[in-house]
This record gives sequence, C-alpha cells and structure tokens, in this order.
Amino acid sequence: MKVALFVPCYIDQFYPQVGIATLQLLEKLGVTAHFPAQQTCCGQPLANSGCERDALPIYQHFVQTFQDYDYVVAPSGSCVYHVRKHFDKLDQTAAVQHVRGAAYDLIDFISTVLKVDTLPGAFPHKVGLHLSCHGQRGLHQANESEMTPVRDGQLRRLLASLDGIELTHLNRNDECCGFGGTFCVSEAGISARMGQDRVADHVLNGTQVLTGSDMSCLMHLEGIVRRAKMPIRVMHAAEILNGVVA
Amino acid sequence: MNHAIRADKFLLDADRTTWHDETLWFVREKRDKAVYGVPEFQELRELASQIKNHTLSRLDLYLQEFEAAAQANGVHVHWAADAAEHNAIILDIIRQQGATRVVKSKSMLTEECHLNPYLIQHGIEVVDTDLGERIIQFRDEAPSHIVLPAIHLKKEDVGDTFHTHLGTTKGESDPQRLTEAARQHLRAKFLAGQVAISGVNFAIAETGGVVVCTNEGNADLGVNLAQVHIAAMGIEKIIPRLTDLGVFTRLLARSATGQPVTTYTSHFTKPAPGKEMHIVIVDNGRTQQLGRPDFRASLKCIRCGACMNTCPVYRRSGGHSYDFTVPGPIGAILSPNIDMKKHASLPFASTLCGSCTDVCPVKIDIHTQLYKWRQVLGEANEIPASKKWGMKFMGRVLASTRVYGLGGQFARRALRLLPHGLTHATSFNAWAVARELPAPPKQSFREWYAKQPQPAPQPQPKLPA
Repeated sequence: MKVALFVPCYIDQFYPQVGIATLQLLEKLGVTAHFPAQQTCCGQPLANSGCERDALPIYQHFVQTFQDYDYVVAPSGSCVYHVRKHFDKLDQTAAVQHVRGAAYDLIDFISTVLKVDTLPGAFPHKVGLHLSCHGQRGLHQANESEMTPVRDGQLRRLLASLDGIELTHLNRNDECCGFGGTFCVSEAGISARMGQDRVADHVLNGTQVLTGSDMSCLMHLEGIVRRAKMPIRVMHAAEILNGVVA
Repeated sequence: MNHAIRADKFLLDADRTTWHDETLWFVREKRDKAVYGVPEFQELRELASQIKNHTLSRLDLYLQEFEAAAQANGVHVHWAADAAEHNAIILDIIRQQGATRVVKSKSMLTEECHLNPYLIQHGIEVVDTDLGERIIQFRDEAPSHIVLPAIHLKKEDVGDTFHTHLGTTKGESDPQRLTEAARQHLRAKFLAGQVAISGVNFAIAETGGVVVCTNEGNADLGVNLAQVHIAAMGIEKIIPRLTDLGVFTRLLARSATGQPVTTYTSHFTKPAPGKEMHIVIVDNGRTQQLGRPDFRASLKCIRCGACMNTCPVYRRSGGHSYDFTVPGPIGAILSPNIDMKKHASLPFASTLCGSCTDVCPVKIDIHTQLYKWRQVLGEANEIPASKKWGMKFMGRVLASTRVYGLGGQFARRALRLLPHGLTHATSFNAWAVARELPAPPKQSFREWYAKQPQPAPQPQPKLPA
C-alpha cells in the first residue's frame, strides 16, 4: 500500500506539528506515508472564491503529484472533499479519477481503510469535538443533526475509546464554526460572530481541549480563543491521538 | 452595498443578534424533533424531490392541464410574464368589480412583484391579514423571512407599532393583548373586504384546484367573505395529482415550524355560487432559471424557510441583509437569476456548510448551487477586483512548488519579525478584527520533513506528457 501524505498549504506553513503528528500516527498504525515534496494546495481557496478556472493548474499539479499512490491522506477533510467533489472540472482521465477516489481525510482513512475505531492510550481531559462541515456533511464522517438525534461519528468513536477522556456535550453539536475559507475575511463580521458563538458553547459546557480533524476550522477557532484569552487548548485530533498511542 | 456591510449593521446590536439566532435555532430544533418522529422522513424528501423534478421536466404540459381543469371549474385563468403584468392583471380585476378594499393573505409572489405599493398607488386599500405581514405593513418594511415575516421584531417592537397604528396602551408588550388588538382591527377589515388575494402553496394540475396553507385561517376568512378571490401563483407551484399533495403537506409544516401540519390546509377549486375566482399564473424570471441546468432545481422550492432557520449566517445577519424578497440560502441562489450585479454578494454569504441542503424537504442542492453561482459570478467579473487578481496571483504561486515554498518562507518570516500591531492592523487585515493570526513556526512541515532520514524510496511521480 503506497500512501502519500498531503499536508495542506496552511498546515505546512503554520501548523507543521499537525503534519508531523499525522505522519507519526500513521507510522504507529503500520503505515509509512511519503511526502511528495512538489505538493502545494488543492485549489479550494480559489474555487470557493469563484475563480475555479484559475485553480485548474493547481488541480492538475495535485493530480500529477499524487497519481502514483494508492491513497492520499490529509489531516483536513475540507481539502479532501474539494478534491473528491470539485475535481470534476478536470478531464476525467484515469489519473484524475484515481486521485479523486484515493483522497482520504486522516480520520476517515484510519476508520474506513485501516478499520481502526479504538485506540489504546489515555487522555484524561474534557474534550470538545468540533465537527468540520465538509468532513461531516460532505464526507459523511459523522451523523448529522439534520437527520438524526444520535451523535456518532468516526472521530467521536476514536476519542471515546481513550481512557479517562470526557467528551463535551455541546448545545449545538454540529453548527458551522464560520471559517468558510475566504468567507472569513469577506464576511469577517459574521465569521467572527459564528466562531465566538461556537467557542462559547464549548466554554459553557466545560471544554478544556477543543479538537477536530480539520485544521482550517481549528485555525479560526484558535484565533478567537487566543484573542479572547480563553482557558481552552486547541489541538488537531492527530496531535491528541499521536500523543497517546505508544 | 453588499451582504457583508448590511450584516455588519445587524451585528452591531450584539444582544439582538443573539436573540435572533436563538429564536430561529429554536425553530430549527422544533423541526428536528418533528423530523425525528417520522421514520420515513428521508424517503418522503426523496419522493417530493422526484415529484418536483418530474413536474419541472414537463412544466408546460402540467400548466396547460391545470389551466383547462381550472377553467372547467369556472375559474378565470390569467398568465403574467412578469411582475408588471401580474400587477396590471390584478388591478384590472379589482377595477372591474368597482372595488377599493382588498384583503390579502400571505403571498411571497405578491411581495416579489411589489403588488401592495402598486395597488395603493392606484387608490386601492390593501390590508395584509397575516399577523406578521400586518405588523411589517404598518412599519413599511419588507418581510425578513418567508414564513415568519416579522421575526426580526421583538414583542416590544410590535407593542410600539400597535401603539402607533392601533392605539394600544403605550409600553404594552403582552403577546395575548397585542394579538387581540390585531384581531379586532382585522375583523373589521375582513368584513369590509371586497376582493381577497391569496398566494398558492400547491396547484394541482389534475383538479385545477389550488391549496393554501396557513396557521391563522386568514386566507379562508378573506376568501369566504369577499365577492372575488384572486390566487397568485408562480409557475413552479404545480404538482401533478391530488394524491401527490400529502407528500408535500407532510414535509412542509414539519420543515417550516416543526408542526405536523399547518392549522389550515385550504382547498380552493371553484367559486362559490354568485362569486368569482381568478388564478394568475406568473413567470417573472422562472423560465429563465428553468433554462439554467445548474440552477433549475431551485424551482423545486416549496417555501418552507427551513434553510433560513438552519443557516448560521442568516440567523446572525437577519433577513434584510439579503435585500431580496426571498432571503437566506434559497434566496441567494434565486436572486442572481433576477439581477446578477445587484445580488452578486449573496452566493458568497455562506460558508458552504451544507446544512441548508440537508434540511431542504425537496432536496435542493443549495450549497452546491451557491458554489456554482460563485463560478458564474467570477466568470462574469461580478466579484471584487482585489479578490479576482489576488486569486489569479495565488493560482500562479500554488501551481509551482518553488514559488510556493519561497512565498511561505517569506510570509512566515514577515509575520515573525513585523510588530503585532502591523500584522494585526484591522484596516487591511479583516482576519485580525476578532482573531489572532497563527503563531508562525520557524520551519514549515516540508522544511522539517527534508531533514528527516528518508524511509523507503518514493515512487517517482510521472511528469506531464
């Protein structure tokens, strides 16, 4: 099984520790992932801004970079969703179709491909799980409150299997954090308010560590937590899981 | 003025924003409870979606079938290509009666066509009889929600409005007393109404009848007291058979307010003896939307408002921030069809979280259409030039490993070295208004990776041919 690690551009530049944790966690689960150095980005920021045409060279670069791998794993469901759903704009060559199907969010890869839904280890903290909309509603990694009252999902199961962990029961289980890519600056007021409300739900219900599998949501929420100097630590799920698994 | 600017105005009153968000979230939760209680709800959505898809694919035929059946029932059928024709037809019917007093029940179509100001301008008294509609009519405001038109107002606001217009005690904000005042006021209007105008929730091709769903019974009261009933409908309101109706009535109220069904589901098929019934069938841009394959499905909408109640942006920006008759996610995919330049910011007033799509009772792929409108707007140069050129530049950077790597190094170094006050200056960094930037690390992931002992040799990526 040839596995490539895709480290989205903003994680590469701002959150290298999340890329490192992803690589090390996969290693501990028996998967040696390679990082093809020519990779850049999935092109989502451009396409979501209405500039899909300008993103096509990025899409092509992405496909060329990853076409020889069986799986492309990224610690960001949003980028994976973009590759799977919106690379339909490219000519659907065998390589394009392969890469679209091979792209996996890290937690999805662990759950679906490696078929792991419990992990040994302890994390004795109260943990608030932030569901990324693209992971949840786009990639179906978790149940949706629009459909069912049952709160279940891949990352919830993995986290719940850790010793000593307590998962926060949020008032709103799956409301969007308001990051939304360039939305966070073009609609800065609403974006900030949504993030503040999301963080407030965690504070109200006692979250000590706020986590999720999509670093873009967490970048936004961390920015709000740090600005308001709230006593909450923001960590990508890969950091938690890599930290507890021996 | 774009959506973000109007939204910022709404956000200025933080407490009201909280109240607005929580009020609509309460409606969304009521909807959830109602939906969870129907095990076949997802099948119903699929069925409704297919019925609508089918109907839209044969819309011309069903409209003709409807017209023939309605005429056979003794109903006058009129066709209006646009808002102007719709308004002129209705004024003409009113004048033929020699009438001057009109009572209206809820109709988003007449809002879309700006019928009220048109009739008033021509000397007709128009009274909206839906309570929420009457409140905003007093205030000369547009509805901020398609099901809950006055949801932007608190009971104190209503008290002030009624004090001014109905003479209730100053400071009175008891909902029971205010509603009673509206009842007494409207009762007189109902009794005096000569022509009743209603909207249409569903028009049944097979029977030629129209169905109007209300909670207040005001459509029935208006229609049964007046000499003439005019029902105004968009061409997309058609469903094929009476037996299809149950699919939609089971979905509509649950999705809208969490009720199992609206209090009144009124069927109007033929005029009562000695009375008249008219149906005005309106296009007003709908066939143009039908001709856009990517956006056609927006015409499946049954106007339940669930996408507004669930939308985290709508709940915090208010309906008026959309500046379009139908606000919220569905409005953001309908409005560019009407005026692409004016409404260019609406498809961007979304995080594309997808909740709208998941609550939509007829499975309109709303967030996908928002994404697609963005591309249409980008191609038509209807996005800000700074964004367009910024994205072109970013496209070049991100298509090249080398340029990307150097750019990243430069940006992180700049972030580390420049003072916080500069990197977080809100005059040019909207991110920093409410958020800290990530602390820039010394090395990127790729720089770290390059220093690691490399594992097994990597497969050589194929170069482009």
